[in-house]
Amino acid sequence: MSMFDYMIDNRADVLARTLQHMGLVAVSVSIAIAIGVPLGVLIARRSVLRGPILGLANVMQTIPSLALFGFLLAVPLIGLGAKNAIVALVVYSLLPIIRNTLTGIDGIDPAITEAARGMGMTDWQLLRIVELPLAAPVMLAGIRVAAVIAVGIATIAAAIGAGGLGVFIFRGLAMVDNAVIMAGAIPAAMLALVVDGGLHFIERKLDWRVS
Amino acid sequence: MTSPVVELENAGFELGGHRLVGPLDLIVRCGETVVLLGESGSGKTTTLRLVNRLLDPTEGEIRVEGTSTANWNPVHLRRRIGYMIQEVGLLPHLTVEGNVELVPLLQGWPVQRRKERVAELLALVGLPPEQFSHRRPQGLSGGQRQRVGVARALAADPPILLCDEAFGAVDPVTRAALQKEFRSLIQQLEKTVVFVTHDVREALALADRIVVLEHGRSSFVGTVAEFQRNETSSVRVLRELA
Repeated sequence: MSMFDYMIDNRADVLARTLQHMGLVAVSVSIAIAIGVPLGVLIARRSVLRGPILGLANVMQTIPSLALFGFLLAVPLIGLGAKNAIVALVVYSLLPIIRNTLTGIDGIDPAITEAARGMGMTDWQLLRIVELPLAAPVMLAGIRVAAVIAVGIATIAAAIGAGGLGVFIFRGLAMVDNAVIMAGAIPAAMLALVVDGGLHFIERKLDWRVS
Repeated sequence: MTSPVVELENAGFELGGHRLVGPLDLIVRCGETVVLLGESGSGKTTTLRLVNRLLDPTEGEIRVEGTSTANWNPVHLRRRIGYMIQEVGLLPHLTVEGNVELVPLLQGWPVQRRKERVAELLALVGLPPEQFSHRRPQGLSGGQRQRVGVARALAADPPILLCDEAFGAVDPVTRAALQKEFRSLIQQLEKTVVFVTHDVREALALADRIVVLEHGRSSFVGTVAEFQRNETSSVRVLRELA
Protein backbone atom coordinates (compact mmCIF):
# COMPACT_ATOMS: atom_id res chain seq x y z
CA MET A 1 0.00 0.00 0.00
CA SER A 2 1.37 3.42 -0.89
CA MET A 3 1.61 6.31 1.56
CA PHE A 4 -1.25 8.12 -0.22
CA ASP A 5 -3.50 5.08 -0.08
CA TYR A 6 -2.75 4.72 3.62
CA MET A 7 -3.41 8.42 4.25
CA ILE A 8 -6.68 8.36 2.30
CA ASP A 9 -7.88 5.24 4.07
CA ASN A 10 -6.96 6.78 7.44
CA ARG A 11 -7.75 10.43 6.63
CA ALA A 12 -9.80 11.05 9.74
CA ASP A 13 -6.97 9.69 11.89
CA VAL A 14 -4.31 11.65 9.96
CA LEU A 15 -6.31 14.86 10.38
CA ALA A 16 -6.89 14.24 14.07
CA ARG A 17 -3.20 13.48 14.68
CA THR A 18 -2.18 16.58 12.70
CA LEU A 19 -4.47 18.76 14.80
CA GLN A 20 -3.18 17.08 17.95
CA HIS A 21 0.40 17.74 16.77
CA MET A 22 -0.40 21.40 16.07
CA GLY A 23 -2.06 21.68 19.47
CA LEU A 24 1.04 20.34 21.25
CA VAL A 25 3.27 22.79 19.40
CA ALA A 26 0.92 25.78 19.84
CA VAL A 27 0.42 25.22 23.57
CA SER A 28 4.09 24.61 24.32
CA VAL A 29 5.43 27.49 22.21
CA SER A 30 2.82 29.83 23.77
CA ILE A 31 3.95 28.81 27.25
CA ALA A 32 7.59 29.20 26.19
CA ILE A 33 6.83 32.75 24.92
CA ALA A 34 5.08 33.58 28.21
CA ILE A 35 8.17 32.44 30.13
CA GLY A 36 10.94 33.28 27.65
CA VAL A 37 10.06 36.86 26.72
CA PRO A 38 9.93 38.12 30.35
CA LEU A 39 13.18 36.26 31.05
CA GLY A 40 14.78 37.86 27.98
CA VAL A 41 13.63 41.31 29.13
CA LEU A 42 14.92 40.58 32.63
CA ILE A 43 18.42 39.64 31.45
CA ALA A 44 18.46 42.63 29.08
CA ARG A 45 17.96 44.84 32.16
CA ARG A 46 20.09 42.82 34.62
CA SER A 47 23.20 41.73 32.80
CA VAL A 48 24.48 39.81 35.84
CA LEU A 49 21.70 37.25 35.24
CA ARG A 50 22.61 36.65 31.58
CA GLY A 51 25.21 33.95 32.22
CA PRO A 52 23.13 31.82 34.59
CA ILE A 53 19.83 32.03 32.66
CA LEU A 54 21.26 31.56 29.16
CA GLY A 55 23.60 28.85 30.50
CA LEU A 56 20.71 26.92 32.02
CA ALA A 57 18.59 27.24 28.87
CA ASN A 58 21.60 26.10 26.84
CA VAL A 59 22.19 23.03 29.00
CA MET A 60 18.52 22.06 28.79
CA GLN A 61 18.74 22.30 25.02
CA THR A 62 21.52 19.71 24.97
CA ILE A 63 19.50 16.97 26.69
CA PRO A 64 18.46 14.39 24.06
CA SER A 65 14.70 14.62 23.60
CA LEU A 66 13.92 10.96 24.22
CA ALA A 67 15.96 11.11 27.44
CA LEU A 68 14.13 14.25 28.57
CA PHE A 69 10.75 12.60 27.95
CA GLY A 70 12.07 9.69 30.03
CA PHE A 71 13.25 11.90 32.91
CA LEU A 72 9.90 13.70 32.99
CA LEU A 73 8.02 10.39 33.31
CA ALA A 74 9.32 10.16 36.87
CA VAL A 75 8.25 13.66 37.81
CA PRO A 76 5.05 13.70 39.89
CA LEU A 77 2.03 15.32 38.16
CA ILE A 78 3.69 14.97 34.75
CA GLY A 79 4.03 11.26 33.97
CA LEU A 80 2.93 9.99 30.56
CA GLY A 81 1.05 11.83 27.83
CA ALA A 82 0.54 15.36 26.57
CA LYS A 83 1.68 17.08 29.80
CA ASN A 84 5.06 15.39 29.53
CA ALA A 85 5.41 16.42 25.89
CA ILE A 86 4.38 20.02 26.56
CA VAL A 87 6.90 20.43 29.40
CA ALA A 88 9.69 19.01 27.24
CA LEU A 89 8.76 21.17 24.23
CA VAL A 90 8.66 24.28 26.45
CA VAL A 91 12.16 23.43 27.69
CA TYR A 92 13.45 23.15 24.10
CA SER A 93 11.70 26.30 22.93
CA LEU A 94 13.03 28.56 25.68
CA LEU A 95 16.59 29.14 24.48
CA PRO A 96 15.86 30.71 21.06
CA ILE A 97 13.10 32.86 22.55
CA ILE A 98 15.14 34.14 25.51
CA ARG A 99 18.26 34.68 23.40
CA ASN A 100 16.47 36.53 20.62
CA THR A 101 14.54 38.75 23.06
CA LEU A 102 17.87 39.75 24.59
CA THR A 103 19.51 40.26 21.18
CA GLY A 104 16.55 42.31 19.95
CA ILE A 105 16.57 44.64 22.95
CA ASP A 106 20.37 44.87 23.08
CA GLY A 107 20.45 45.86 19.41
CA ILE A 108 18.33 48.99 19.91
CA ASP A 109 20.24 52.21 19.20
CA PRO A 110 21.19 53.65 22.64
CA ALA A 111 20.22 57.14 21.38
CA ILE A 112 16.62 55.96 21.06
CA THR A 113 16.53 54.64 24.62
CA GLU A 114 18.24 57.79 25.91
CA ALA A 115 15.73 60.03 24.13
CA ALA A 116 12.81 57.92 25.40
CA ARG A 117 14.03 58.08 29.01
CA GLY A 118 14.78 61.79 28.59
CA MET A 119 11.18 62.50 27.56
CA GLY A 120 9.91 60.89 30.77
CA MET A 121 8.97 57.34 29.87
CA THR A 122 8.59 54.94 32.79
CA ASP A 123 10.31 51.53 32.58
CA TRP A 124 7.06 49.94 31.50
CA GLN A 125 6.38 52.58 28.81
CA LEU A 126 9.94 52.19 27.54
CA LEU A 127 9.36 48.45 27.21
CA ARG A 128 5.90 48.75 25.62
CA ILE A 129 6.45 51.72 23.30
CA VAL A 130 10.12 51.34 22.41
CA GLU A 131 11.84 48.07 23.26
CA LEU A 132 9.28 45.41 22.41
CA PRO A 133 8.18 46.92 19.07
CA LEU A 134 11.77 47.49 17.98
CA ALA A 135 12.91 44.05 19.14
CA ALA A 136 9.81 42.32 17.68
CA PRO A 137 11.34 41.16 14.36
CA VAL A 138 14.31 39.53 16.11
CA MET A 139 12.07 38.05 18.81
CA LEU A 140 9.76 36.59 16.18
CA ALA A 141 12.71 35.02 14.41
CA GLY A 142 13.47 33.25 17.72
CA ILE A 143 9.86 32.14 18.09
CA ARG A 144 9.95 30.81 14.52
CA VAL A 145 13.05 28.73 15.26
CA ALA A 146 11.46 27.45 18.48
CA ALA A 147 8.23 26.49 16.70
CA VAL A 148 9.99 24.64 13.88
CA ILE A 149 12.14 22.71 16.39
CA ALA A 150 9.00 21.93 18.40
CA VAL A 151 7.21 20.50 15.33
CA GLY A 152 10.11 18.10 14.85
CA ILE A 153 10.54 17.09 18.47
CA ALA A 154 6.80 16.65 18.97
CA THR A 155 6.93 13.63 16.63
CA ILE A 156 9.04 11.84 19.26
CA ALA A 157 6.44 12.66 21.92
CA ALA A 158 4.31 9.82 20.54
CA ALA A 159 6.71 7.52 22.37
CA ILE A 160 5.34 8.69 25.71
CA GLY A 161 1.71 8.61 24.63
CA ALA A 162 1.29 12.28 23.74
CA GLY A 163 -0.15 11.50 20.29
CA GLY A 164 0.53 13.67 17.28
CA LEU A 165 1.95 12.66 13.91
CA GLY A 166 4.72 10.66 15.59
CA VAL A 167 2.11 7.94 16.20
CA PHE A 168 2.29 6.99 12.51
CA ILE A 169 6.08 7.03 12.57
CA PHE A 170 6.32 4.71 15.58
CA ARG A 171 3.53 2.53 14.19
CA GLY A 172 5.36 2.30 10.86
CA LEU A 173 8.61 1.42 12.61
CA ALA A 174 6.88 -1.40 14.50
CA MET A 175 5.24 -2.67 11.29
CA VAL A 176 8.41 -2.06 9.24
CA ASP A 177 6.15 -0.21 6.80
CA ASN A 178 7.58 2.87 5.11
CA ALA A 179 4.17 4.02 3.87
CA VAL A 180 2.92 4.35 7.45
CA ILE A 181 6.15 6.10 8.54
CA MET A 182 5.78 8.56 5.67
CA ALA A 183 2.14 9.18 6.59
CA GLY A 184 3.50 10.75 9.78
CA ALA A 185 6.78 12.16 8.51
CA ILE A 186 5.50 13.99 5.41
CA PRO A 187 2.67 15.90 7.16
CA ALA A 188 5.12 16.74 10.00
CA ALA A 189 7.64 18.14 7.52
CA MET A 190 4.90 20.07 5.73
CA LEU A 191 3.64 21.41 9.03
CA ALA A 192 7.17 22.64 9.85
CA LEU A 193 7.34 24.40 6.49
CA VAL A 194 3.93 26.00 6.95
CA VAL A 195 4.80 27.17 10.49
CA ASP A 196 8.11 28.54 9.24
CA GLY A 197 6.52 30.34 6.29
CA GLY A 198 3.58 31.66 8.30
CA LEU A 199 5.73 33.05 11.09
CA HIS A 200 8.18 34.45 8.57
CA PHE A 201 5.29 36.30 6.93
CA ILE A 202 4.19 37.77 10.30
CA GLU A 203 7.83 38.63 11.03
CA ARG A 204 8.02 40.65 7.79
CA LYS A 205 4.73 42.37 8.57
CA LEU A 206 6.01 43.42 11.99
CA ASP A 207 9.40 44.49 10.74
CA TRP A 208 9.56 48.28 10.93
CA ARG A 209 12.77 48.22 8.89
CA VAL A 210 10.96 47.10 5.72
CA SER A 211 7.64 48.91 6.14
CA MET B 1 15.70 90.12 36.82
CA THR B 2 13.74 86.97 35.96
CA SER B 3 13.53 84.03 38.33
CA PRO B 4 16.04 81.16 38.30
CA VAL B 5 14.75 78.02 36.57
CA VAL B 6 17.79 75.76 36.79
CA GLU B 7 20.30 76.18 39.61
CA LEU B 8 23.47 74.21 40.20
CA GLU B 9 24.98 74.69 43.63
CA ASN B 10 28.36 73.05 44.18
CA ALA B 11 27.01 70.27 41.98
CA GLY B 12 29.35 67.46 41.07
CA PHE B 13 29.33 63.94 39.73
CA GLU B 14 31.85 61.19 40.33
CA LEU B 15 32.06 57.81 38.66
CA GLY B 16 34.45 55.09 39.76
CA GLY B 17 36.51 57.54 41.81
CA HIS B 18 36.85 59.98 38.89
CA ARG B 19 35.23 63.37 39.14
CA LEU B 20 33.50 64.03 35.82
CA VAL B 21 31.78 67.25 36.81
CA GLY B 22 32.10 69.88 39.50
CA PRO B 23 31.98 71.47 41.81
CA LEU B 24 29.86 73.64 39.56
CA ASP B 25 27.73 76.69 40.34
CA LEU B 26 25.35 78.04 37.75
CA ILE B 27 22.02 79.79 37.58
CA VAL B 28 19.92 79.68 34.43
CA ARG B 29 17.15 82.24 34.47
CA CYS B 30 13.70 82.08 32.90
CA GLY B 31 13.81 82.65 29.14
CA GLU B 32 17.59 82.56 29.00
CA THR B 33 19.74 80.41 26.70
CA VAL B 34 22.90 79.22 28.38
CA VAL B 35 25.41 77.38 26.23
CA LEU B 36 27.82 74.94 27.87
CA LEU B 37 30.90 75.08 25.68
CA GLY B 38 33.86 72.76 25.93
CA GLU B 39 35.77 70.00 24.25
CA SER B 40 34.88 66.30 24.44
CA GLY B 41 35.21 64.99 27.98
CA SER B 42 34.77 68.39 29.61
CA GLY B 43 31.60 67.23 31.39
CA LYS B 44 29.00 69.05 29.27
CA THR B 45 26.75 66.08 28.59
CA THR B 46 27.07 64.81 32.16
CA THR B 47 26.01 68.23 33.46
CA LEU B 48 22.97 68.17 31.19
CA ARG B 49 22.04 64.67 32.33
CA LEU B 50 22.20 65.84 35.93
CA VAL B 51 19.52 68.43 35.23
CA ASN B 52 16.88 65.96 34.03
CA ARG B 53 17.94 63.28 36.53
CA LEU B 54 19.24 60.83 33.98
CA LEU B 55 22.08 61.03 36.53
CA ASP B 56 21.99 62.12 40.16
CA PRO B 57 24.71 64.44 41.50
CA THR B 58 27.13 62.79 43.91
CA GLU B 59 27.70 66.15 45.61
CA GLY B 60 25.97 69.50 45.91
CA GLU B 61 22.46 70.20 44.73
CA ILE B 62 20.61 70.93 41.51
CA ARG B 63 17.27 72.72 41.64
CA VAL B 64 14.74 72.88 38.83
CA GLU B 65 12.00 75.47 39.27
CA GLY B 66 13.09 75.86 42.89
CA THR B 67 12.87 72.18 43.84
CA SER B 68 15.91 69.96 44.31
CA THR B 69 16.10 67.30 41.59
CA ALA B 70 16.41 64.76 44.43
CA ASN B 71 12.84 65.68 45.38
CA TRP B 72 11.48 65.58 41.82
CA ASN B 73 9.91 62.38 40.55
CA PRO B 74 12.27 61.73 37.59
CA VAL B 75 9.40 60.98 35.22
CA HIS B 76 7.50 64.18 36.14
CA LEU B 77 10.69 66.21 35.96
CA ARG B 78 11.59 64.91 32.49
CA ARG B 79 8.11 65.64 31.17
CA ARG B 80 8.61 69.31 32.07
CA ILE B 81 11.88 69.36 30.13
CA GLY B 82 12.27 68.99 26.37
CA TYR B 83 15.34 66.91 25.56
CA MET B 84 17.19 66.94 22.25
CA ILE B 85 20.29 64.89 21.51
CA GLN B 86 22.68 64.77 18.59
CA GLU B 87 21.44 61.45 17.19
CA VAL B 88 17.86 62.75 17.71
CA GLY B 89 16.69 59.30 18.85
CA LEU B 90 13.52 59.23 16.75
CA LEU B 91 11.62 55.97 17.06
CA PRO B 92 12.04 54.30 13.64
CA HIS B 93 8.83 52.24 13.88
CA LEU B 94 6.68 55.35 14.34
CA THR B 95 5.77 58.02 11.82
CA VAL B 96 6.84 61.64 12.21
CA GLU B 97 3.44 62.30 13.78
CA GLY B 98 3.85 59.34 16.15
CA ASN B 99 7.22 60.66 17.27
CA VAL B 100 6.12 64.25 17.80
CA GLU B 101 3.00 63.31 19.76
CA LEU B 102 4.85 60.97 22.14
CA VAL B 103 5.10 63.22 25.20
CA PRO B 104 1.49 64.51 24.85
CA LEU B 105 0.45 60.85 24.50
CA LEU B 106 2.33 59.95 27.69
CA GLN B 107 0.57 62.86 29.37
CA GLY B 108 -2.81 61.56 28.26
CA TRP B 109 -3.83 64.31 25.83
CA PRO B 110 -6.94 63.41 23.76
CA VAL B 111 -6.39 62.36 20.12
CA GLN B 112 -7.77 65.51 18.50
CA ARG B 113 -5.65 67.82 20.64
CA ARG B 114 -2.57 65.75 19.83
CA LYS B 115 -3.23 65.88 16.12
CA GLU B 116 -3.70 69.65 16.19
CA ARG B 117 -0.53 70.08 18.23
CA VAL B 118 1.51 67.93 15.83
CA ALA B 119 0.28 69.92 12.82
CA GLU B 120 1.02 73.21 14.58
CA LEU B 121 4.54 72.12 15.58
CA LEU B 122 5.50 70.64 12.22
CA ALA B 123 4.47 73.88 10.57
CA LEU B 124 6.48 75.78 13.19
CA VAL B 125 9.68 73.84 12.41
CA GLY B 126 9.18 74.20 8.65
CA LEU B 127 7.89 70.72 7.80
CA PRO B 128 4.45 70.99 6.13
CA PRO B 129 2.30 68.49 8.10
CA GLU B 130 0.40 67.20 5.07
CA GLN B 131 3.73 66.25 3.51
CA PHE B 132 5.60 64.94 6.56
CA SER B 133 3.12 63.63 9.19
CA HIS B 134 2.96 60.11 7.85
CA ARG B 135 6.56 59.67 6.81
CA ARG B 136 9.02 57.51 8.70
CA PRO B 137 12.26 58.91 10.13
CA GLN B 138 14.33 56.69 7.79
CA GLY B 139 12.97 58.60 4.81
CA LEU B 140 14.04 62.02 6.11
CA SER B 141 17.27 63.93 5.65
CA GLY B 142 19.48 64.68 8.66
CA GLY B 143 18.19 68.25 8.85
CA GLN B 144 14.56 67.14 8.64
CA ARG B 145 15.15 64.61 11.42
CA GLN B 146 16.60 67.34 13.62
CA ARG B 147 13.54 69.49 12.93
CA VAL B 148 11.30 66.60 13.99
CA GLY B 149 13.49 66.35 17.11
CA VAL B 150 12.85 70.04 17.84
CA ALA B 151 9.10 69.58 17.30
CA ARG B 152 9.09 66.54 19.59
CA ALA B 153 10.97 68.37 22.33
CA LEU B 154 8.47 71.24 22.17
CA ALA B 155 5.38 69.03 21.90
CA ALA B 156 4.03 69.30 25.43
CA ASP B 157 5.16 72.92 25.69
CA PRO B 158 7.84 72.32 28.33
CA PRO B 159 9.25 75.46 29.96
CA ILE B 160 12.81 74.12 29.76
CA LEU B 161 14.81 72.63 26.89
CA LEU B 162 18.03 70.66 27.23
CA CYS B 163 19.95 70.23 23.99
CA ASP B 164 23.02 68.03 23.66
CA GLU B 165 24.94 68.81 20.44
CA ALA B 166 21.45 68.93 18.98
CA PHE B 167 22.59 70.05 15.53
CA GLY B 168 25.91 68.22 15.58
CA ALA B 169 25.04 65.57 13.02
CA VAL B 170 24.05 67.79 10.09
CA ASP B 171 26.04 69.53 7.39
CA PRO B 172 27.31 73.09 8.09
CA VAL B 173 24.79 74.83 5.82
CA THR B 174 21.76 73.07 7.31
CA ARG B 175 23.28 73.56 10.72
CA ALA B 176 23.54 77.32 10.36
CA ALA B 177 19.93 77.49 9.16
CA LEU B 178 18.72 75.32 12.05
CA GLN B 179 20.60 77.45 14.59
CA LYS B 180 19.03 80.63 13.27
CA GLU B 181 15.52 79.20 13.23
CA PHE B 182 15.98 77.59 16.64
CA ARG B 183 17.16 80.85 18.18
CA SER B 184 14.17 82.77 16.88
CA LEU B 185 11.80 79.93 17.90
CA ILE B 186 12.95 79.76 21.52
CA GLN B 187 12.87 83.53 21.84
CA GLN B 188 9.36 83.59 20.45
CA LEU B 189 8.24 80.78 22.77
CA GLU B 190 10.24 82.18 25.75
CA LYS B 191 11.89 78.87 26.59
CA THR B 192 14.69 78.45 29.07
CA VAL B 193 17.44 76.56 27.28
CA VAL B 194 20.64 74.81 28.29
CA PHE B 195 22.51 73.97 25.09
CA VAL B 196 25.63 71.83 25.01
CA THR B 197 28.11 72.19 22.16
CA HIS B 198 31.80 71.99 21.35
CA ASP B 199 31.32 74.39 18.43
CA VAL B 200 32.25 77.98 19.32
CA ARG B 201 30.33 79.44 16.38
CA GLU B 202 27.23 77.60 17.49
CA ALA B 203 27.67 78.97 21.01
CA LEU B 204 28.01 82.52 19.66
CA ALA B 205 24.95 82.07 17.44
CA LEU B 206 22.66 80.74 20.17
CA ALA B 207 23.78 81.94 23.58
CA ASP B 208 22.64 84.67 25.90
CA ARG B 209 25.41 83.48 28.19
CA ILE B 210 28.28 81.09 27.63
CA VAL B 211 29.78 78.75 30.22
CA VAL B 212 33.16 77.31 29.25
CA LEU B 213 33.71 73.92 30.85
CA GLU B 214 37.15 72.42 31.37
CA HIS B 215 37.61 69.14 33.21
CA GLY B 216 34.11 69.41 34.62
CA ARG B 217 34.55 72.94 36.02
CA SER B 218 33.60 76.29 34.62
CA SER B 219 36.54 78.42 33.54
CA PHE B 220 34.38 81.22 32.18
CA VAL B 221 30.78 82.37 32.64
CA GLY B 222 29.54 85.44 30.87
CA THR B 223 27.55 87.01 28.06
CA VAL B 224 28.55 86.67 24.42
CA ALA B 225 29.99 90.20 24.52
CA GLU B 226 32.03 89.33 27.63
CA PHE B 227 33.22 86.13 25.92
CA GLN B 228 34.36 88.20 22.94
CA ARG B 229 36.35 90.55 25.20
CA ASN B 230 37.74 88.05 27.69
CA GLU B 231 41.50 87.61 27.53
CA THR B 232 42.01 84.47 29.62
CA SER B 233 43.92 81.87 27.64
CA SER B 234 41.16 79.22 27.51
CA VAL B 235 38.63 81.71 26.12
CA ARG B 236 41.15 83.15 23.68
CA VAL B 237 41.94 79.69 22.33
CA LEU B 238 38.24 78.97 21.86
CA ARG B 239 37.66 82.34 20.19
CA GLU B 240 40.43 81.66 17.73
CA LEU B 241 38.59 78.48 16.70
CA ALA B 242 35.50 80.46 15.73
